[in-house]
Amino acid sequence: MKHPIRFLRSLAVATALACTGTSLMAPPQAVAAEETPVHGGTLTAIIQPEPPMLILGLNQQAPTQTVAGKIYESLLTYNFDLSPRPSLAKSWEVSDDGLTYTFHLQEGVTWHDGEPFTSKDVLFSFTKFLPDTHPRARALMSRAESITAPDDRTVVITLKEPFPAFLQGFEMSTTPIMPAHIYEGTDYQNNPNNNTPIGTGPFMFDEWVKGSYIHLVKNPNYWQEGKPYLDDIYFKVIPDAASRALALENGEVMQSQYNDIEPFDVQRLAALPHLQVIRKGYEFVAPLMWLEINHRVEPLGDKRFRQAILYALDREFIRDRIWFGLGRVATGPINSVTKYYDPNVPRYDYDPDKAIALLDEMGLEPDGDGVRATVKFLPLAYGETWQRLAEYVKQALGKVGVKVVLESTDAAGWGKRVANWDYEITTDFLYQYADPSIGVSRTYLSSNIRQGVLFTNTMGYKNPEVDRLFEEAAKEVDPEKRQDDYSQLQRLIVEDVPVAWLLEMEFPNILNTRVHDAITTAIGVNETYADTWISPE
Amino acid sequence: MPPMLQFLLSRLVKAVLVLGVVVILNFLLIHAAPGDPATVMAGEAGAADQAFVDQLRTQFGLDQPLYVQLGTYVGHIVQGDLGFSFRQQRPVADLLLERLPATVVLTLSAFVLALVGGVALGLLAALNVGKWADSAITVVALLSYATPIYWVGLMLVLVFSVNLGWLPAFGYETIGAGYSGVEKLADIGSHMFLPVVTLGLFYMAVYTRMMRASALEVASMDFVKTARAKGQTEWNIVTRHVLRNAILPILTVAGIQAGQLIGGSILVESVFAWPGLGRLTFDAVLQRDYQVLLGVFFVTSVLVIAFNILTDLLYVLIDPRVEITT
Repeated sequence: MKHPIRFLRSLAVATALACTGTSLMAPPQAVAAEETPVHGGTLTAIIQPEPPMLILGLNQQAPTQTVAGKIYESLLTYNFDLSPRPSLAKSWEVSDDGLTYTFHLQEGVTWHDGEPFTSKDVLFSFTKFLPDTHPRARALMSRAESITAPDDRTVVITLKEPFPAFLQGFEMSTTPIMPAHIYEGTDYQNNPNNNTPIGTGPFMFDEWVKGSYIHLVKNPNYWQEGKPYLDDIYFKVIPDAASRALALENGEVMQSQYNDIEPFDVQRLAALPHLQVIRKGYEFVAPLMWLEINHRVEPLGDKRFRQAILYALDREFIRDRIWFGLGRVATGPINSVTKYYDPNVPRYDYDPDKAIALLDEMGLEPDGDGVRATVKFLPLAYGETWQRLAEYVKQALGKVGVKVVLESTDAAGWGKRVANWDYEITTDFLYQYADPSIGVSRTYLSSNIRQGVLFTNTMGYKNPEVDRLFEEAAKEVDPEKRQDDYSQLQRLIVEDVPVAWLLEMEFPNILNTRVHDAITTAIGVNETYADTWISPE
Repeated sequence: MPPMLQFLLSRLVKAVLVLGVVVILNFLLIHAAPGDPATVMAGEAGAADQAFVDQLRTQFGLDQPLYVQLGTYVGHIVQGDLGFSFRQQRPVADLLLERLPATVVLTLSAFVLALVGGVALGLLAALNVGKWADSAITVVALLSYATPIYWVGLMLVLVFSVNLGWLPAFGYETIGAGYSGVEKLADIGSHMFLPVVTLGLFYMAVYTRMMRASALEVASMDFVKTARAKGQTEWNIVTRHVLRNAILPILTVAGIQAGQLIGGSILVESVFAWPGLGRLTFDAVLQRDYQVLLGVFFVTSVLVIAFNILTDLLYVLIDPRVEITT
């Protein structure tokens, strides 16, 4: 009942706006009038799960990034095509030999407590804070021979050997800049200021009522003149998925992200006039979902068996019926939005007959019940959709004679078992962080088989040629040669099927139509929101 | 020594022993679950290395042998210290106290609603047994009892918040409204309405069914007939003879439920985004936040024991035939 009234009111506003235009010939489009950002307004967004803390240098959980990404900043951010663009660094140069990176910092930047931001903070973050606390930053910065600050506005990093992916490592989740004046010389994990984050970003921390909401307010001294547009942001904690959908529906919140909304609710919400679905903004993380297969367990160590699994799964069905159209069928180890993707690889289109032929070739004959092999499947404990996927896999593999026994666990049990190789098949999805040498190679390098550590080569996959090519490509400065290496790699890996790639995942950002310029870069909702604005009701 | 004092003393000694066993059992049970806070946080970070996990384990004290951890924990508990949540970077006592008001307000209101409503409806049904009022009450009670509580919650939100727009759907208060005084109370009240009804309905149904059965049984007893033969008014018979005898089994159940009030309701708190202890507990289970979990279990155990003693005392008050013995 409410929507028609609201619609009529906005129509009236639109008409009024059009009539006040100087030219009567101007097309009567409210959209045109709304293109200029207006100041003011409060954004309300879902945050789920509630982050454990907001110190971005200490915790990089997805919800921490979404909230703290408004408080802290990094040197760079990235366009949808993953090319870098300025943030705290206004410009940068890379030497021809690919060894020296020079960053020139913005002027007039201050921390939320009034202290000036200088190259000292960058130096402290890159050489002390992050290498101590942050796994990804530690790996990145260990490639540096030296990091120096010739003056207050310049930072120079010299690498031990060329690593062209280095320039992809400066967004807020990999290398957030932490305040040296607060943390230098202290115990970072137990610093008393950890409950009141101090950053350089457009929004400042105001209040956190645990279990309810986090409140950020506008930074009046933000270094970008005239920004941010919003007065404040509330992040509301809503633990139940159905309740989150209702909150968007009745306007109580204006934004959801990642998997806040179960895929089966997305289409229904998208049809509402006051909501819009934006799928962009996850190019940087580029999540790729797969069935992870433990090669140590027979017959999973045989690549023909793994190929048979891929042939037996109708991945278009998975995309359309389980993820309700959110996602793209994966072709191999590299997400199509990540750099150096090559679509030219062997294909595994749905073909149960090929699967059966491969199983026959292996000598796996069906027994009296038609069962050729039995495998245990440990689904990811991330909600209903993953459970449905597990049920589908059980059915699909059952059709080619592979009996699937479903196991169940919670997230903590899953992490412990997968990290310690105590599984046969499981579901997993990993972020690619823009470049294969950062987010892809870690899954397939035999040097990265490390028991007890998640998101490594937990399958136990070994291929010396793959190892060699990954190492070569990581150092290759010439983009064409690099592409050659990665193309070759993709064909090799796809032939081996170390994991059964399912979908390149797409997360829906569901936004109230009043919210503008929220998703503007490859890091989407984790962006600072300095440019985001809300049109008046 | 007066029997009352003796009773209390002996119960307190027993309580301390029980509590000691509960504390140790809780500790062992929690540590028996697979995975620890470090694996959970490594999983959430989306990337990890051995140094990261080791660092967390050292920080959380998980690199110590289990018996040392248990010793440390018991030592703290004896001194009244509930520990420190490294995940949330806060003392556990603070975390519990922060969530306590919301939980108590919700569970106590639902408890009172359920108890008063359940006893009244059950009695009403028993007095009108076989008539339409009885049938109506029985059917409604059965429905409320059998319907999943989260579904009732969502339907109430759909009707009263989404369609009618009368009541807020989620949360404890209007965020950022800056109310104070009466306005604030009214605001919290309007937020409370749906969760209290959702949670209260279920227990009300339980009490209604119990009360009805219990009252029917008592109403057919000889002393009720005697009272009626004496010419007592119907009102007197119901309140003094039937109710007082029929309510004893209800009290037993209510006593147990009262002890669990503090644990909150995970389902209702999740559906209504109510910032209570139930959700804190649930999150702590998933995150293996050992200290928070142990804290919640400890406080709940203390309350269950306290309410058990209280219920025993209440029996004496309501039914003089029950005597205190040690």
